[in-house]
Amino acid sequence: MTTAPSGLTGPAAAAERDAVAPTTPRGRRGGGPAGRARKLTPYLFLLIPVGLLLLLTYVPVVNMFWYSFTDWDGLDKTKNLVGFDNYVEVFTDPDNVRVFLVSLYYVVGSFVQMALALYFATLLSFKVRFKNMWKGILFFPYLINGVAIGLIFLNFLKPGGGLDTVLMKAGLDGLIHQWTGDPDIANYTLASVSVWRYTGLTFVMFLGAIQSINSDIYEAAALDGATRWHEFWHIILPSIRPIVGLAFILGISGSLSVFEIPFVMTGGSNGTETFVIRTIWMAFQRNTVGLASAMAVVLLLFVLIVTWMQRKIVPEEEVDLT
Amino acid sequence: MTKLLTGTAKYVSLVVAAVVTLLPLGLILFGSLKTSQEFLATGPLDPPENWFNFDNYVTAFNQGMGMAFVNTILVFVAAIVGTIFIGAATAYALDRFRFLGRGAVLKLFLLATLVPGVTTQVATFQIINGLGLYGSRWALILLFMGTDIVSIYIFVQFMRSIPRSLDEAAMIEGAGPVRIFLQIILPNLKPAIATVVIIKGIGIYNEFFLPFLYINDPDKLPISTALFKFMGPWGSQWELICAGVVITIIPILLLFLFLQRYIYNGFTSGATK
Repeated sequence: MTTAPSGLTGPAAAAERDAVAPTTPRGRRGGGPAGRARKLTPYLFLLIPVGLLLLLTYVPVVNMFWYSFTDWDGLDKTKNLVGFDNYVEVFTDPDNVRVFLVSLYYVVGSFVQMALALYFATLLSFKVRFKNMWKGILFFPYLINGVAIGLIFLNFLKPGGGLDTVLMKAGLDGLIHQWTGDPDIANYTLASVSVWRYTGLTFVMFLGAIQSINSDIYEAAALDGATRWHEFWHIILPSIRPIVGLAFILGISGSLSVFEIPFVMTGGSNGTETFVIRTIWMAFQRNTVGLASAMAVVLLLFVLIVTWMQRKIVPEEEVDLT
Repeated sequence: MTKLLTGTAKYVSLVVAAVVTLLPLGLILFGSLKTSQEFLATGPLDPPENWFNFDNYVTAFNQGMGMAFVNTILVFVAAIVGTIFIGAATAYALDRFRFLGRGAVLKLFLLATLVPGVTTQVATFQIINGLGLYGSRWALILLFMGTDIVSIYIFVQFMRSIPRSLDEAAMIEGAGPVRIFLQIILPNLKPAIATVVIIKGIGIYNEFFLPFLYINDPDKLPISTALFKFMGPWGSQWELICAGVVITIIPILLLFLFLQRYIYNGFTSGATK
């Protein structure tokens, strides 16, 4: 799972090797100074990447912790320390607590999404007609712009829209709802749209993992009289455990940082406000940067805890960078 | 008998999934080809009367969607070129040199993968603002280049498969590190570059959060925020919104149809690092 994509290496790479321009021999730049220059080389190459990494990832993280203990509004020159007040507000204001609960809809959604992805990945890793067509259809939603997806479903779910018409034709009029307008079901609707959007990615990840299983194993299992169900349970599932683990983290951290779908479809109304929508609103509309930072710190800590737990539960082979 | 049943169940489930996926998309296409009166008078499942009624597309394109494409391309090209140079330079330094602090740099990049961009945006905003880049396309370009750990990962992984004998041969011929980087490393990284261009490209094309935060000038909006703004004035004219949505999807659909295999490969290797 840590290799470069195999499909991209073949002829292109070979052609490139021939295309390397012949290097014209040039005079050496002398002994001593060149040695020192060589020692500096890696630092020169890393100057911009590490600079940007620090500037755009680490400095913000550190600043965010610092802001979270102040009452800063984002403009004022002075930032007053307020201790843990912001954190207390994050966990006591009912409006803030509600966004945690909203995340749960998407967490459940991500489990549904993994189950669907696993089902279709298993199905399509065996012989099926029009395999590439099914694969393409399932994956394509992932490539669509999030705003476009929001609008596609606003059109589909509006009163008298596509879904209502289908239900009416099927004689299921009783099921018709205000899909995004009714606070009782708006979150289910939005989480389902998220499932529609992301199942394809999970599916393609699972499919890639299943297809890299050595086919000898199936043959051996077939000799022992294994059924499809045995194959799934004893060969496929254990082999793709690391990828399932990864999908699990992506699912939970994704659920905590949902933004586009509810922002476009409901604007966060009808009880659909999520963590990110609320943080943005606090920071940029209400100008309570300190409080928004505390929200963001809590979000970050949640994601880190989930990642840590996942590493404990499903020990992944170490990502090998050295 | 059971075989027949499971066979049928298999295809039924695939057909149901396909309908669930394609129906909302298809209805958008239907809507985009209807006239305003037709949209109101006909049901959403009724096909358009005239399949070649492109009036809505023309209006949508002239009302900002066209300009949005130009903006997206500008940001896209600059950010992709920057990402490639930064990723490749990082990979080159980390894979080909042993130097003091190498382990620390590796750890910095590794640790950064754990921090989702949306969480730190409240604080990142202050930095971009402090640099005077709020409202400028450079804000997007800088953020797309600077926070992209996934492509650095792909490059670092790929670097190892480029034989060191190639750079050694060039070194013997007197090439310096910059020359080796530009003439040996970059050309040999092409497959990895293709992967990064695909994943990163789709990411930039679809990015909503960053332009939403940083770009306020209507003439500078990229495609996703332009589409979002488009919803405002045309709130009741769904046929126009439908056309705007289809305009946004077409480039991605074409890319997908032509590069399917590479896109799948890119996402499997990108997502799993």
